[in-house]
Amino acid sequence: MGDQSEALLERVRAARAERRPLCPRGTGGKFHLGRPVDGEILDTLEHSGVVHYDPSELVVTARAGTLVSELIATLAEQDQMLPFEPPLFGGDASVGGMVASGLAGPRRPWAGSVRDFVLGTRVITGEGQHLRFGGEVMKNVAGYDLSRLMAGSFGCLGLITEVSFKVLPRPRASRSLQLRLTGEQARERVLDWRRRGLPLSAACHGGGLLRIRLEGNQGSVHAAVAEIGGEPLEDNHYWDKLRDHRLPFFDGAKPLWRLSLPPAAPVLELPGTQLSDWGGAQRWLKSDADTATLRQLAASAGGSATRFGGEEAEDAPFHPLPAALLRYHQTLKARLDPERIFNPGRLYADL
Amino acid sequence: MHYDERLDGPLPDVDKTALLDRLRRDLPDLHLLHRREDLTPYECDGLAAYRTVPMLVALPDTLEQVQGLMRIASDEGVPVVARGAGTGLSGGAMPLEKGILLVMARFNRIVEIDPQAGTARVQPGVRNLAISQAAAPYGLYYAPDPSSQIACSIGGNVAENAGGVHCLKYGLTVHNLLKLDIVTVDGECLTLGSDALDTPGFDLMALFTGSEGMLGIVTEITVKLLPAPPCAKVLLASFDNVEKAGQAVADIIAAGVIPGGLEMMDNLALCAAEDFAHAGYPRDAAAILLCELDGVESDVDEDCQRVRAVMENAGATEVRQARDDAERQRFWAGRKAAFPAVGRISPDYYCMDGTIPKRELPKVLAGIEALSREYHLRVANVFHAGDGNMHPLILFDANDSDQLHRAEALGGRILELCVAVGGSITGEHGVGREKINQMCSQFDADEITCFHAVKAAFDPQRLLNPGKNIPTLNRCAEFGTMHIHRGELPFPDLERF
Ligand SMILES: Cc1cc2nc3c(=O)[nH]c(=O)nc-3n(C[C@H](O)[C@@H](O)[C@H](O)COP(=O)(O)OP(=O)(O)OC[C@H]3O[C@@H](n4cnc5c(N)ncnc54)[C@H](O)[C@@H]3O)c2cc1C
Ligand SMILES: Cc1cc2nc3c(=O)[nH]c(=O)nc-3n(C[C@H](O)[C@H](O)[C@H](O)COP(=O)(O)OP(=O)(O)OC[C@H]3O[C@@H](n4cnc5c(N)ncnc54)[C@H](O)[C@@H]3O)c2cc1C
Repeated sequence: MGDQSEALLERVRAARAERRPLCPRGTGGKFHLGRPVDGEILDTLEHSGVVHYDPSELVVTARAGTLVSELIATLAEQDQMLPFEPPLFGGDASVGGMVASGLAGPRRPWAGSVRDFVLGTRVITGEGQHLRFGGEVMKNVAGYDLSRLMAGSFGCLGLITEVSFKVLPRPRASRSLQLRLTGEQARERVLDWRRRGLPLSAACHGGGLLRIRLEGNQGSVHAAVAEIGGEPLEDNHYWDKLRDHRLPFFDGAKPLWRLSLPPAAPVLELPGTQLSDWGGAQRWLKSDADTATLRQLAASAGGSATRFGGEEAEDAPFHPLPAALLRYHQTLKARLDPERIFNPGRLYADL
Repeated sequence: MHYDERLDGPLPDVDKTALLDRLRRDLPDLHLLHRREDLTPYECDGLAAYRTVPMLVALPDTLEQVQGLMRIASDEGVPVVARGAGTGLSGGAMPLEKGILLVMARFNRIVEIDPQAGTARVQPGVRNLAISQAAAPYGLYYAPDPSSQIACSIGGNVAENAGGVHCLKYGLTVHNLLKLDIVTVDGECLTLGSDALDTPGFDLMALFTGSEGMLGIVTEITVKLLPAPPCAKVLLASFDNVEKAGQAVADIIAAGVIPGGLEMMDNLALCAAEDFAHAGYPRDAAAILLCELDGVESDVDEDCQRVRAVMENAGATEVRQARDDAERQRFWAGRKAAFPAVGRISPDYYCMDGTIPKRELPKVLAGIEALSREYHLRVANVFHAGDGNMHPLILFDANDSDQLHRAEALGGRILELCVAVGGSITGEHGVGREKINQMCSQFDADEITCFHAVKAAFDPQRLLNPGKNIPTLNRCAEFGTMHIHRGELPFPDLERF
């Protein structure tokens, strides 16, 4: 517990001097995502603790090694939450890993992404400096937005040591329903409810059932339940299991793919079994179809396909970037991490 | 205020005639302005005190022209400053004497509205309000609503990460974007983000948002549209002292309510607004709060009761709920006209844009009052209270050069006060040229060096909007020395001259 930033800084400086790659690690919960890195593990869990939390500011600041479960519990005491519902795959995650991976749970299409709630970060850069970007205020446009850039960067642009988040009050009312619908019917209903502003906060279709969650004040949630019909969702922990990949769908040896698609993308015939989360914008697929086929399917629907774990290694788990864009990724990485010490090759082989 | 090659870095000397010849030859259809009388209208943006006549103005109609222009500019080493509608308040679109002003106003087409996906694909010159107007037939709107929304362009909004009165609940520009098309400094097209909710690779769209035209030219934008809330109600609360109003703001949030808008005005601002817009504000109040609640009617009614109780507990002398939509509009008209209203009670005003943690409000307002006395200038306070974004308006007369200098100095002190309590020098108007020196009090030399590294990844020759947004270390050494940064003297290692 406590501020270990000096020790982390020393580790980074030493690695930099010897050009030794470092692999920042939180809980190890997301090692199934991304390319393997041949580097020294930089454990961040000791650098932990909530630095500052003022519920009436809607802002919390925590060190990177803080366990996400602890952060969530601290917020819950004040009836507040991280609206993006971060997954805790291995049972828990670190704040740094949560931000670096940028993964969000079922509420994401309605509440926003991890980066949408990042207000500020402290980062140890590849130059071996401990810098601060953004801050603890809601609005701040001074300088480039390096804080939000860190979200989803998989530790390739620097070591996150501290993050400030915008948090929100927990909804007063929450009800979950299930309806027996085909994929096409589910798609149309969800799009219609969205357009009419019903208080949806999750919508997942699979196995002929659409499961939805409604959140808001009592009045709007009751009205929506009355309007939508269906029956109460049987499994009280369904959304947590979906978030953490603990549903039976995720079992089995076939590789797991994630397709990120436009919200109104059509129902797709995909090779394998699918679970359509985020109202259709995030489709989980258990499939042994080849990578090129899935990439092509996702791209032609306006999205991308990412490989999550699986038995055998996959050299390109993340959807490849267009050549020009990759070049700018490389240039940016070279400017911020000239010695390539942070997770080289984790996102892409030549990044 | 003018570009200073000694402090901001050297700019190449360009032969205007030769450049004009080349542009005409290679891009015969590109609309160019080069005569003094045609250039003058472009000499400033919304920060009218800062003026420079550009060498040339280009008004492209097509993507190919933007690409062609950037290729030539890179090739010839000519700086390019992008401009949208020119409503910026920090001199971000202020031209360079040795540069081309690239005006994106003709990119004014709404390319597509997709009501099913809830998105609009638009060109950068489209006015902010025009997007919501075009989406209205589908029951949708574009949420970020800067007070300048009838005039400012969406490209300028992206470049500034503009906010508005509804950001606490609906987010800033960055939260309402899906995809950006960019032309790089050497004329290459890039797409950042996508129609999906997330995109592989680094979040360069977030990095570009708010980058003030320093990293690339925005040529197309896909924004998210939201369903228009079926119901909105507004409460107007009066307070006999500003601290109580500040406390009420904290208590509303602590009660678990996220208002659609939560604005504060002090007595000087509210009286000016009342005289101007006849909004029905109580002239004897030390401060008023406007709290708008929107959503489904039953939720809104629930929250109205909650907020009313909180305001009364915090010591409001009066809480009024707008009886109908006309009165609601009137309450807002006063707030939205606050800047021009203050403009009527003083020959000039200077609008600041600091942000602070809300708990520091009483301290900062007391500090501003003390500074106002010290500099003998009046300050009216308008405040996006929900998200801690203050707009102190410094009243002065620009014809009196001493007053102008005092106003600038007072503004700088206010921003430093914001930084000292953990806030920022700019919440939504951007650094531009105006706050270039104050950047040195918010960031240390290593942080500024890191910003330069980001810039160099996209624009190694520093041709895009040089002299804005990120100061050189030389500039900080000269202007940053007086300020103590997080308890240390800034730039201790830098050579002084
Ligand atoms: C038993 C075990 C076996 C493992 N085997 C492998 C393996 O075969 N291949 C492999 O690649 N990895 C493996 N890992 C994980 C690897 O050791 C870590 O480097 C891993 O990449 C870190 O992710 P994480 O899941 O621990 O952290 P998470 O906290 O889940 O982090 C996810 C991502 O964020 C990055 N990150 C975490 N914290 C920060 C921070 N503070 N700043 C910046 N970035 C951060 C990580 O580098 C990673 O890219 C294993 C871990 C364990 C515990
Ligand atoms: C009365 C008034 C009220 C205001 N209220 C608000 C408010 O409530 N909230 C708020 O956030 N702002 C407000 N502003 C400030 C201003 O309207 C915003 O900053 C707006 O986003 C600027 O848009 P513009 O099109 O006028 O941009 P310009 O002023 O033309 O340019 C602003 C910056 O954007 C860059 N730029 C413009 N277009 C492009 C492009 N296509 N590609 C790359 N860079 C580009 C320019 O180089 C410059 O740095 C207000 C201004 C006024 C005058």
